[in-house]
Amino acid sequence: MNTLIFRTVAPFLTALMIVFSVFVLLRGHNEPGGGFIGGLIAASAFAIYGIAYGVMAVRRALWFHPMSIAGFGLLLSTLSGFLSIFAGVPFMTGLWIYPHFFGVEIALSSVMSFDIGVYLVVVGAITSIALALEEKESD
Amino acid sequence: MTLVCLFLPFIAAVAAPPLTRALGAKAAWLLALAPAFSFFYFAGYLPEIAAGEVVTGGYAWVPSLNLSFSWFLDGLSLTFALLITGIGTLIVLYSGGYMKGHPQQGRFFAFILLFMGAMLGVVVSDSFLMLFVYWELTSITSFLLIGFDHTREAARRAALQALVVTGGGGLCLLAGLIFIWNITGVTQLSLVVHQGELMRQSPFYLAALLLVLGGCFTKSAQFPFHFWLPNAMEAPTPVSAYLHSATMVKAGVYLLMRLNPTLGGTPAWEILLPFFGGVTLIVGTFLGLRQTDLKLMLAYTTMASLGLLVMLTGFDSEHAISAAVLYLVAHSLFKGALFMVAGLIDHEAGTRDVTKLSGLAKAMPITFAAAILAALSMGGLPLFFGFLAKEEIYYALAGGDLRSILFTSVAVIGNGLMFALAFAVALKPFLGKKVETPKHAHEGPVLLWLGPLVLAVLGLLGGVFSTVAHRFISSPMASAVEGAATQVTISTIPHWGAPLALSLVTVAFGLLVYLQLSRVRAMMVRLLDALGPGPDRGFDAAIAGLVRLSVTVTRFVQPGRLEVYVTATFILLALTLLVPPFVYGELPALPSFPTDVMVQEWAFFAIALIGLVAVLRASNRLTAIVSLGIQGFAVAVIFLLFGAPDLSFTQFMVETLSVVILALAMTRLRLMPSDHRPFRQILGDAVIAISCGVGFMLLLMKSVEGVFDTRLTDFFNAYSKVIAHGANVVNVIIVDFRGTDTLGEIAVVMVTGLAILALIRVRVGAIKPADNDPDAPDPTPAPAGTVAMSEGARP
Repeated sequence: MNTLIFRTVAPFLTALMIVFSVFVLLRGHNEPGGGFIGGLIAASAFAIYGIAYGVMAVRRALWFHPMSIAGFGLLLSTLSGFLSIFAGVPFMTGLWIYPHFFGVEIALSSVMSFDIGVYLVVVGAITSIALALEEKESD
Repeated sequence: MTLVCLFLPFIAAVAAPPLTRALGAKAAWLLALAPAFSFFYFAGYLPEIAAGEVVTGGYAWVPSLNLSFSWFLDGLSLTFALLITGIGTLIVLYSGGYMKGHPQQGRFFAFILLFMGAMLGVVVSDSFLMLFVYWELTSITSFLLIGFDHTREAARRAALQALVVTGGGGLCLLAGLIFIWNITGVTQLSLVVHQGELMRQSPFYLAALLLVLGGCFTKSAQFPFHFWLPNAMEAPTPVSAYLHSATMVKAGVYLLMRLNPTLGGTPAWEILLPFFGGVTLIVGTFLGLRQTDLKLMLAYTTMASLGLLVMLTGFDSEHAISAAVLYLVAHSLFKGALFMVAGLIDHEAGTRDVTKLSGLAKAMPITFAAAILAALSMGGLPLFFGFLAKEEIYYALAGGDLRSILFTSVAVIGNGLMFALAFAVALKPFLGKKVETPKHAHEGPVLLWLGPLVLAVLGLLGGVFSTVAHRFISSPMASAVEGAATQVTISTIPHWGAPLALSLVTVAFGLLVYLQLSRVRAMMVRLLDALGPGPDRGFDAAIAGLVRLSVTVTRFVQPGRLEVYVTATFILLALTLLVPPFVYGELPALPSFPTDVMVQEWAFFAIALIGLVAVLRASNRLTAIVSLGIQGFAVAVIFLLFGAPDLSFTQFMVETLSVVILALAMTRLRLMPSDHRPFRQILGDAVIAISCGVGFMLLLMKSVEGVFDTRLTDFFNAYSKVIAHGANVVNVIIVDFRGTDTLGEIAVVMVTGLAILALIRVRVGAIKPADNDPDAPDPTPAPAGTVAMSEGARP
């Protein structure tokens, strides 16, 4: 698979896929998409980068161990559920705020941070499996 | 405020390690403030409770299941809460001295305080679930504390044993509480006391009773579950003094007392409790007599005392309840003090062997004073609180019928032997000629002698000012246990009568045994050796048997060949799918052929079929995997065509990743590139595969046959935008309506990922200690069978 074309295209493809995955994640509440799908897209992006440049390159680029990313995601999702304590409503009730940035109304919610947590868990878990499997191949 | 006091020990537990690191043993003074504060707070409720009121409070926890986090203070809870926080304060101080200089002293404080919080929770819990959670938490903290010295095997074994016995009992208790819940329909202890009639008439009464007793007897070390308690003496002495004499082991007695109005008053209750309690009393004192270790002697008398308490609780007369209440308080005071004395002697003299200790009185005068005061109370001599308890016991038991005579003699023998043991612990090490001890003995620091002295003096004050003690402690507590207002009136001035006569007999018998102690001990050793191994050995045998059984079962169900697993899984799947429709005649009708299939739909069906054929005809595994991908993509497009973009989107990604991961896994497995199965096996596998496929087809056809129930769809369509502010119903369901499910699922994804990671790193035949650096490269390739499944798949 280590053709010149693939190696040249891979970084752009990876970057595009990751941007797309974030896009899919954020629009998920109203259009097709969401944390699960976004996470899968990002995981494939890392897999592609790994196939092109080797596992070490991906690990360096990720900075954190993928499992830590997954762990952080799980923590984030759990904490999003607990946010409802402060509002005095049952666990996992969605909370919404609508702050204005430069005149644009932006909807932020505990549901969204929950979905970001889902995204991170999926990215982290799948990427760590894929990388661990790729590792023996490349070196 | 009560909530703060309930959580104060937990908060202190978190603060303990850093504080201890900064201040060393002096942190004890600071940490003791937490339980001391709770103690005074709870003491503030005394007048209110003495006036017959109860204090309740709490928060709804899971309102939909009628579960709440709620507490409930009456005479019984309050007395326990005071014992836990009061003795707890002294124990924290004592641990400061006892564990001084220990590298893990901070951890020790944290465990002790955690336990305190848990125990406090047990006695104030109103809701069943809260009680159970705290109950198990005490088992777990007890495990941590017994195994505190985790480098010694004996400590580890004792810890595990205690956890298995008390934790197992906890599960019994849970089952019992669920029975009570189902019979009475209430989940709160404060309400269940009024449901006694309903409970006793239920056909499930006996089952509930036995399960609850299973929990209480294991926790309170009743025969034949007593063996964990003496073994638990492996723990540092503050733990033995606190958990295994003053508080935790009384949790079982507490619950029996609490449930006395609900479960008591039946023949089963009045036979089982006195019987097991009486046996425990006698067995405990007999076993205690053979010991020479101070702590073990005390441990067996604790077991005996718990037996006495259970026996009295089961008698179900007003005087027996009063006696149990008095004895419980007295026991916590004197036994806590004596344990701390034993620890002090051990700490200062270097040994706990009573035969090697003598003449310490001059070197350790304060300790001696505390020991004597505690022993006088334990022996039940006038002026002391223990005397009140003993008088009341005999008052309750004495009678003319056979049952009374039987249990009175049991109590006399038990008490007499405990009298002898009390003085063996309190006098033997101090009197007589001075002998050389491993360490040069001298008085311990104030942290060490403060606790035993305070407890021992309280035992005296309680006896002298018995009217005050009765008014604030004994009477409210007895009323709570009895379920009706009760007055405890016994006073410390002896009155001539049957109880006093029995007391005299007890003391005389105890003195006789004390004077002949070494001869009695030798006799006991011979007797017990003749009886053979006890349940302690049985426990080992049971655990070893369990391990052997699990090895056999594991060998059978896990032969270690991936093929076998996969074949077994799919055969079972095929059977599950095919057998029920045929047995119940639920086969779907043959659907009519659709007429309005579009040309693009046909095209994708064709592509899927081509992919399938390619898989079957592929000469090499990699081609087969990629061809499987073709088929999957075609299915994804079909989803898209039928208006399920989310599903199709996910399917695309899952297919991509499955191909990548399967291909990677295949290369790691180092299989032959092509498939060389013999024809017979191919045939067999094909049959299994086709059966699974047909089974799924039948299932799907059957499930779409009926009229589609649109209630859920309508609900989600109607409320998705309104309540959850999202137009994408699928996503809204995932992250909002069923968010808790998703939370569980991502936890599963995470755990599966970890498991797969571990599997990839496994080397067959060589298990090395865990490598803490996840990025460290594994030096050898892993030939273990790993099949990575794509975990993101969800419709």
